[in-house]
Amino acid sequence: MTHKFFITFGRRIHNLLFFLGGMANLCAQTFYLSFMPPYKKDRVIEQIKKSGFDSLPIVSLVALFIGFIFALQTAYFMQRIGSEMYIASMVALSLVRELGPVITALVVAGRVGASNTAELGSMQVTEQIDALEAFATNPIKYLVVPRFLSLILVLPVLTLYADMVGILGSYAICVYKLGISSSMYMQVTFDALLFKDLFTGLFKTIFFGMIIAFVSCYEGFNVEGGAEGVGQATTRCVVISFILIIMADCFFTAMFYFIFP
Amino acid sequence: MIEIANLYKSFGEHKVLDGLSLNIDKGTTCVIIGRSGCGKSVLLKHIMGIMKAEKGKIVVSDKEVGKLNEKEMNALRMKIGYVFQGGALFDSMTVGENVGFGLIEHDHISHHELLERIEECLCLVGLCGIMNLMPSELSGGMKKRVSLARALCIRPEIILYDEPTTGVDPITADSINDLIVNLHDKLKVTSIVVTHDMKSAYKVADKIAMMYQGKIIAQGSSEEIQHSEHPVVHQFINGLAQGPITETLEAGAKLIP
Repeated sequence: MTHKFFITFGRRIHNLLFFLGGMANLCAQTFYLSFMPPYKKDRVIEQIKKSGFDSLPIVSLVALFIGFIFALQTAYFMQRIGSEMYIASMVALSLVRELGPVITALVVAGRVGASNTAELGSMQVTEQIDALEAFATNPIKYLVVPRFLSLILVLPVLTLYADMVGILGSYAICVYKLGISSSMYMQVTFDALLFKDLFTGLFKTIFFGMIIAFVSCYEGFNVEGGAEGVGQATTRCVVISFILIIMADCFFTAMFYFIFP
Repeated sequence: MIEIANLYKSFGEHKVLDGLSLNIDKGTTCVIIGRSGCGKSVLLKHIMGIMKAEKGKIVVSDKEVGKLNEKEMNALRMKIGYVFQGGALFDSMTVGENVGFGLIEHDHISHHELLERIEECLCLVGLCGIMNLMPSELSGGMKKRVSLARALCIRPEIILYDEPTTGVDPITADSINDLIVNLHDKLKVTSIVVTHDMKSAYKVADKIAMMYQGKIIAQGSSEEIQHSEHPVVHQFINGLAQGPITETLEAGAKLIP
């Protein structure tokens, strides 16, 4: 019994160290190769389209509904204390500082991260990654660098867009349902938002982009055993990305709280 | 041309290469035979530098594979064409982009020249005019031939074939064998063919090497191998269910409680 426990425990530790080592190696190589020529703009642009432009519909939908829900939930309490006009400021601050970045990152992790892992995993099991190496092409330079660059560029832009759509959703509820005037809503929103709110919200999305890129590519490269392996790696990618994004968010929120009190 | 000496590689506790040594002369075709899963493909990947050996050395065109830096290794790889078992065609690219991949990535040739070279290579494998198709539109045999065209497009000095006739019908298999022989005669390339298809082995080989338990246990011309008295070789080339290979497997299975 004790023997079994130590074997399982040891195996878990070994797997964790293997994962951390592999991730550190992938990160280091990706950073290095991002600055090394040749620079293939076309592949980055293609990935920007896939991860950014194609994510617009789902990000719009999620952000709009978050805006609706958040306005209604805030209104529930604000109406009780007779402060409906502050709904706009609460929604704007929460969306820009927290909900916008995290929700966008989770949506992108589920959509783009899963697709990266499935694509690279299929390439791994069909020897396409070996074929890249056989043709003197570094798979990290060819496959990971464009995904990494596109995600760190796209996520802040998508987040900004999600913030605006969320505020629009809340505006629709407040103006057309709760009877707050349009000009009042806009004024309270802009008064509440400071540059540091926008900065702290967007800055962390660069790191969320890195998490999604590295976890999805690492899991894709390490797929073993056919279609089942691809499925398991895709699940692992989404679960690990979600956990790391929430942990990173907690870290950045605490850090900014103390840097910009 | 290719010298492999005392190569060792394990996956966990399973020894795949166990002190394997083999020499292949320039301009010859060497066929490596052995059971599925005995490590033939692993050997090819070591020659390409895709996998790293634990011990031993591989010298290709006077360059020791394990000691080259990335730039030198890439230069060597561009002299070797690799025909993968399942084709390994990039499924997001057209057949033309697949065939021209090596040139698109590394050689700055004109677009016109590139198209000409791609079509020439496709015609060489009997697939003229399919440049714009996607790999998903091809049959298994066509994929293997496109993979061969992709390997030829970089004008290699060495071609490694990983089970080129497995999974295709006998007629396609024979046409692939003819292709290997023709390429050898026309382009004078050095070839390594990994297979367990004995008909194919006899047809294309200048030399046949039998791989068993991580080592080369016998090598020689087709005739020498056909008349070999080595019990393992005899069982394998005649496709017998009873013999030392299966007896060793059964003994191993009995040892596992």
